[in-house]
Amino acid sequence: MSLTRKLLPPVASGFLFGMGLTVSGMTDPQRVRGFLDLFGNWDPTLAFVMGGAVLVMAAAWRIQARMTKPVFGEKFALPDRTDLDPRLIAGAALFGIGWGIAGLCPGPAVASLVLSPVHAIPFVAAMLAGMLLQKVTMERKVAS
Amino acid sequence: MLPGFPDAAPLQGLIGGLLIGLAAALMLLGAGRIAGVSGILARGAGIAEGSMARTSAWGFIVGLPLGALAIRLATDWEPAVFAGWPLLIAAGLLVGFGTRMGSGCTSGHGVCGVSRLSQRSIVATATFMAAGIATVFIMSLIGA
Repeated sequence: MSLTRKLLPPVASGFLFGMGLTVSGMTDPQRVRGFLDLFGNWDPTLAFVMGGAVLVMAAAWRIQARMTKPVFGEKFALPDRTDLDPRLIAGAALFGIGWGIAGLCPGPAVASLVLSPVHAIPFVAAMLAGMLLQKVTMERKVAS
Repeated sequence: MLPGFPDAAPLQGLIGGLLIGLAAALMLLGAGRIAGVSGILARGAGIAEGSMARTSAWGFIVGLPLGALAIRLATDWEPAVFAGWPLLIAAGLLVGFGTRMGSGCTSGHGVCGVSRLSQRSIVATATFMAAGIATVFIMSLIGA
């Protein structure tokens, strides 16, 4: 696969993603925490962001169902698990606690590396450390 | 303006959300993959194995802040207010650990999975939102 085919979709996707996060105010932790402040001064903006994104993606999934392979790739590589396990729920709960504390999830944190580097750098460094810690402590060893 | 919510920005939220949806659709239909920021970040950093080329992961990781920067330069943008370093680091660790353990974050589960009506993603999204809401509530009680 040529470098252009390898890079064009992810770079364009990342660029649009960063635009969307910034336009919608999701790079502002106060706005995100405002959405989570359901019992206080609730700010519903994030619901509009999710709504808009899910709307477009729902259409994209319908198109995907009629395709045999992606436009710039050989095959689709998509998650196929359907079972619910304790790991999924415990992981999502830990993520939610961190999200509530700082008002940052991975996308806005990466966008903030250029918008507010002084705050985003320690957060992203800690996030990568947390990812590594999870791998070291929990990853199932696969026999090879 | 949204009646009852003077601080909300529903139009910016919706436009940003549509852009995020387009970004995720481009990744799905173009590269055949889920635009999940935590997973792509872990792949780029070499923390996660996976079929996605690391070059492609880096393309997304670099494109995202560039898109944020484009909006930052094109609009009058106010610097956001962040938590202090200790909270940012604690939150970052939780977000990193939790998103890997739970196989995704707001983008992979919240946008891509929910729009696909994935049971795992719907449960994960409900869980991290509930945990985030509880965290913000508890922090407001203790005045943090």
